[in-house]
Amino acid sequence: MIHPIPPGTRDILPDEMRELRRLHVALIEVFEARGYGEVATPAIEYDEVLARGDGRAAGSAYRFFDERGDLLVLRSDMTVPIARLVASRFPEPEQPLRFCYLANAYRAVRPQRGQMREFAQAGVELIGAPAPQGTVEVIEVLEAALDAAGLDRAVIGLGDADLFRQLLTELAVEGESRSAILERLETHDLVGVEAELRRAGIGDAQVETCVTLSQLRGGREVLERARALGSEAVERAIARLEQTFGELQARGAADRVQLDLGLLRHLGYYSGAILEVYDPALGHVLGGGGRYDGLLKRFGVDLPAAGFALYMERVHVAQMEESRRGKPA
Amino acid sequence: MSLEVAGTAEAKAGGPLKLAVPRGALLAGTLDALDAAGVDTAAVRGESRALIFPGEEITLVTMRPSDVPTYVESGAADAGITGKDVLLEQSDRMVYELLDLGYGRCRMVLAGRKGDERLGEAQRRLGLTRIATKYPRVAERHFESTGRQVETIEVKGSVELAPLIGLADGIVDLVATGRTLEENDLEVREEIVECTARFVANRVAHKLRAGEIDGLMARLREATSG
Repeated sequence: MIHPIPPGTRDILPDEMRELRRLHVALIEVFEARGYGEVATPAIEYDEVLARGDGRAAGSAYRFFDERGDLLVLRSDMTVPIARLVASRFPEPEQPLRFCYLANAYRAVRPQRGQMREFAQAGVELIGAPAPQGTVEVIEVLEAALDAAGLDRAVIGLGDADLFRQLLTELAVEGESRSAILERLETHDLVGVEAELRRAGIGDAQVETCVTLSQLRGGREVLERARALGSEAVERAIARLEQTFGELQARGAADRVQLDLGLLRHLGYYSGAILEVYDPALGHVLGGGGRYDGLLKRFGVDLPAAGFALYMERVHVAQMEESRRGKPA
Repeated sequence: MSLEVAGTAEAKAGGPLKLAVPRGALLAGTLDALDAAGVDTAAVRGESRALIFPGEEITLVTMRPSDVPTYVESGAADAGITGKDVLLEQSDRMVYELLDLGYGRCRMVLAGRKGDERLGEAQRRLGLTRIATKYPRVAERHFESTGRQVETIEVKGSVELAPLIGLADGIVDLVATGRTLEENDLEVREEIVECTARFVANRVAHKLRAGEIDGLMARLREATSG
């Protein structure tokens, strides 16, 4: 008899589980070796607690009432639960806190398109270490994790979440058009970005600046090209990126980092540096992260923070593709 | 799950850029634009019934326009060309829309039978209009954004048939010249949006093959801006 399971979920059988387990162990070892202790938090939390972190991120499809009538939610990532944990357990840490996790999270995506509704994430959170050192450390841990997974061709995109927010403020674009423009930048709908900018009454030169900026990605040279566009907001973002990238270069850790001024992530809690991970073997993003210096404050503890999460199923697929590639046919 | 994610060939890392080319109404314009951009399309124009046309820099992969976002989103194709109508209908597909190519211009419209007041009548009496369309999401969004309720009926073939024999009060469809509407005694009641061909790219290819994507985009911009 066939007994169905909900769409976007799956069973894992021993052959795959064995490979996944090896990958899990390898990643947790990398994290632990760098001082990131593993934590686990409940898969279900109070809706009103997670919603403090980010209304949209906590927008999980799965909400239900418990026997007391409290509204519960299945977590949609680990960053917000760990922020909650830190605020409750370590409100005044003397040293930066380093945590790692391997956990399932739940999102309301349309399944069957490289995305599942239940998916495993592995990642780290570094709390109490400001930019640029904290960002650099997180990127180095991410690089070590990618190496451990055998993804030596993987690339880390490094952008700045505040770049366009501040640029739009500089251009005095507020309200509905501001969110419309940011939304189109996020999905990289360049035709739409241009149309919305014009609708907001922005001059040709500034429209050109925004569109060009969102397309700038590559090595250090893109910072110079961005600087040439001449804007205070851009200048500030470039200074931040330059600091982080310069530090990475000094530590010999910049080779697989691609500066990407068009990078925007949809989770609302990011500020400053944002990261995305790509591998040529896969058409989907392997993971992402960045700084979220304002997130802990929403839980009553004002600490800078950064981290990343890798989607384990995708990393696994990329790992298999890469190892197949390495072998003679 | 693994199988779905694995929709990309390992060959995609290097080798020619895979470009999804729409068959059908957009094909001629697309091939002209590609020719003007310096991409050899002679093989596609030939008699061959092949689907894949390998090239040195760019491999052309031909498919239905509505499949282009699917192939590009998964990374099976690095970039592609398709109509804005397709992108609007599949707006949840995560592809980067990089360039308006300008050709293949047509309008998405709401149309009803000439002189027939059923469209307005349905709204007034029932508060609900039945609309037959191949673009249910575009139609729903249009009615929702104008504060009206709609029941969309998705059909695959000639949409014009639906209001003629009473399946629906009106249709939402793409109109190029308006001749089909005319021949079926239908008329445009509202314009929803203008659609043209668009150049789209896979998210990862846009980052990892930035030079090639930007290069092709610049050449296409040049070729179609005339």
